[in-house]
Amino acid sequence: MPFDVLIQQICNGLVLGCVYALVSIGYTITYGIIRLINFAHNSIFMLSMYFAIVFVTMLALPWWLGFIIVIALTAIMGVLTEKLAYHRLRNRGAPTSTIKIAALGVSYLIDNVVIVIFSGRPKQFPTVDLLTDVFEIGPVRLQRTAIIVPLVVLVLLVGLTYFLNHTKPGLAMRAVSRDMEAARLMGIDVDKTIAFSFAIGSGLAAIGAILWGQRYTSVIPTVGSMPGMKSFIAAVIGGIGNIDGAVIGGMLIGMIEVMVVAFFPGLSSYRDVFSFCLLLIVLLIKPTGIIGEKVADKA
Amino acid sequence: MEKKNNAIFQRILENRNKVLTIVFLALIMVIVGNLKPWFGSYWVRVFNTCCIYSMVTMSMNLVNGCTGIFTMGSPGFMCIGAYTTAILTLTPEVKDAVYYLSPIAPWLRELNTSFPVALLLGGLFAAIAAFIIGFPVLRLSGDYLSIATMAFSEIARVIMLNAQSITNGPIGITKIKNHVTVWVAFMALVSVYVLLRLLMRSTYGRALKAVRDDPVAAEAIGIPLFRTKMTSFIISGFIAGIAGGLLASLVGTIDANQFVYSYVNQFLLMMILGGNGSMTGSILGSFVITTALEVFRFMDEPIDFGFWKYPGIGGMRMVLFSISLMLIVLFWEHGIMGSNEFSWDRIIERVKKLVSSIRGLFKRKEEQA
Repeated sequence: MPFDVLIQQICNGLVLGCVYALVSIGYTITYGIIRLINFAHNSIFMLSMYFAIVFVTMLALPWWLGFIIVIALTAIMGVLTEKLAYHRLRNRGAPTSTIKIAALGVSYLIDNVVIVIFSGRPKQFPTVDLLTDVFEIGPVRLQRTAIIVPLVVLVLLVGLTYFLNHTKPGLAMRAVSRDMEAARLMGIDVDKTIAFSFAIGSGLAAIGAILWGQRYTSVIPTVGSMPGMKSFIAAVIGGIGNIDGAVIGGMLIGMIEVMVVAFFPGLSSYRDVFSFCLLLIVLLIKPTGIIGEKVADKA
Repeated sequence: MEKKNNAIFQRILENRNKVLTIVFLALIMVIVGNLKPWFGSYWVRVFNTCCIYSMVTMSMNLVNGCTGIFTMGSPGFMCIGAYTTAILTLTPEVKDAVYYLSPIAPWLRELNTSFPVALLLGGLFAAIAAFIIGFPVLRLSGDYLSIATMAFSEIARVIMLNAQSITNGPIGITKIKNHVTVWVAFMALVSVYVLLRLLMRSTYGRALKAVRDDPVAAEAIGIPLFRTKMTSFIISGFIAGIAGGLLASLVGTIDANQFVYSYVNQFLLMMILGGNGSMTGSILGSFVITTALEVFRFMDEPIDFGFWKYPGIGGMRMVLFSISLMLIVLFWEHGIMGSNEFSWDRIIERVKKLVSSIRGLFKRKEEQA
C-alpha cells in the first residue's frame, strides 16, 4: 500500500474512531449511573442530524449558531426521555429488563415520529466548508475533518475529565454511579444528577452526529443504527461504565474497521461484522471490557 | 332416571375444567376452520402471521421470562430456520431461476425435501447454532449476555447476506412455495404451546424457574446451572428456527435484512404485553399486537370526520403503535397475564367476583331506595 493512502486510511480510522468515542460516552455514562443500556441513544443521534437539517438547511441559520442550538436541543431531548420514560419506572422499582424494554420503546417512538415528519427519503446533511475542505501535505490529500475532529474530541474529553474529577456536579455524578443510595443520603440530588448525565451523553452524541454528517451526508431515519450499534459495542469493549474505556473502544473499533477493509478489500462486505466479532472475543476473554471494573449486576 | 342424570351432572362438575377445555377447543377449531369464509383471505394471512409470531414470542419467553436470561438472538435463529426451509423446499429448476445472478452451489442445488422435513431441519440447525454459541454466551451474565446474543444475531445476518452461493446474497430467495395453511399455523402454535406448558410443569421447568429466582440456591440443591440454561436456550432456538421456516414459507420471499437485530424489539414488546413468564400471555400479546398493527392501518389513509378532513399521514399507525406500547410498558408493566398461565379456575373465580360485585352494586341501590 502506498504511503499516502496509508496515511489517509489512518486519518479515516481516526475520524471514525473519534465519532464512535463521542457517541459511546453517552452509552457508558448512562450505564455507569443507572445500569441501563440506553437503546434509545442511537435514535437521539439520528434525531440530532434531523435537527441540524431543520435549523441549518431549512431555517438557514449560520452554521455555528445552528449547531449550538442542535446540541442544546438534543441534550434536552435526552433529558426528556429520561424524565418521561425511565424515571417513573426506576422510582417504582421496576426490574432492569423492563427499563431496557422501555428504552427500546423510546427508540421505536422517536424513529417513527421522524419517519412521519421527514419521510423515509434521504436528506442532505448541511456540511460546512470550513470542516470539509481538502488540503495537501506533500502527496497526502486530507479533508480538514482529519485534523479538526480529533482536536474537537480531545478538547471535549479533557473538559469532561476535568468536569468529572474537579467539579462538584462531576463529583456528584461519580458518587451516584458508585452507590445511588449512599449518594442520596449524602444530600446529592440523584434525579438531577441522572438527568444531567443524560444531557451530557446526548449533547456529545449530537456533536458526534454533526461530525459524522460532514463525512456521510445522506440522512435517513435509520442513520443512527449502525454508528449507534458500533459505539455501543465500543463502550462494551472498553468496559461499559468507564469513560476512558469508551474512548479506547471507539478508537479501536474505528481503526479496525477502516484498516481491515484497507488491507483486505475482499472483506469489505463483512465490515460490519468485525466489530461484532471483536465484541464476542472481548466478552469471552474479559467480560467486563478492556479497562472495566467489576460492577454488581443489579438485574 | 333422575338419579342417573344427577350422576352425569356430578361427573361433569368434577371434570369441569376438562369439559370447558374441550368446548373451548371445539369453538376455536370451528372459528379457525371457517376463518376464510367468515373473514376473508386477508385476515387468514394475519392469523397465520399471529401464530408464527406467537411461537417466536413463546420461544423468547422460555429463555427470558422463565429462565431469566435476557437474550436477544431470536432474529438470528429465525434467519437460520428461514433460509434452511427456503433452500430445501425449492426444486432444482426453481433454484436455477432464483439464483440468476450467480449460480447456487452444486451440492445444494440437488437437495430437495418435503416441507415438514425442511422445517424440522431448519429448527435443528437453529438449535445447533444455539448450542454452539451457548457455550461462550451463557457464561456471561446480565447485560453482557443480551449484548452477546445480539452480536450473534447480527453476525448470522451478515454471513447470510454475503454467502452468495448458498443464500443468494442480498437478492434474497424468492418463489418459496406457501405451505402454511390456517391449520398448519394453528397446529404448530398449539403443539408448541402444549409442549412448553408441559415442559414448564415438569421437573425441568421447575428447575428453570429456580435458576431464574435464585441461581445460588438452585445450584446448592443440585441443579446444574449451565446445563439447565443451555437446554432452555437450545429449545428456544429450535422453536424460533421452526417459526422462521414457517415465516419464509408464508411470506414467500426472504432476505437477510429482514432479520436485523432490531426485529427482536417487536417480540420483546409482545412478550411484555402478554406478561413476562406466561406462555398464554405470549400468545395473547402476539395476537393483540399483530392484529392492532393491521387495524391501525386506517391511520395511514385519509378519513373524513365531517368537520375536519384527516389527510392520512403515512407511518402514523406506527407512531400510534409505539405510543401505545410505551404506555403499556410505563403503566402496565405486568402485562395481560402477569406470570400466570391460563386456567379455568382463575377465570371462573374472576367471573364470580365480577358477578358478586355487580350484585353488590344493585343491593346497595335497593337499600338506598
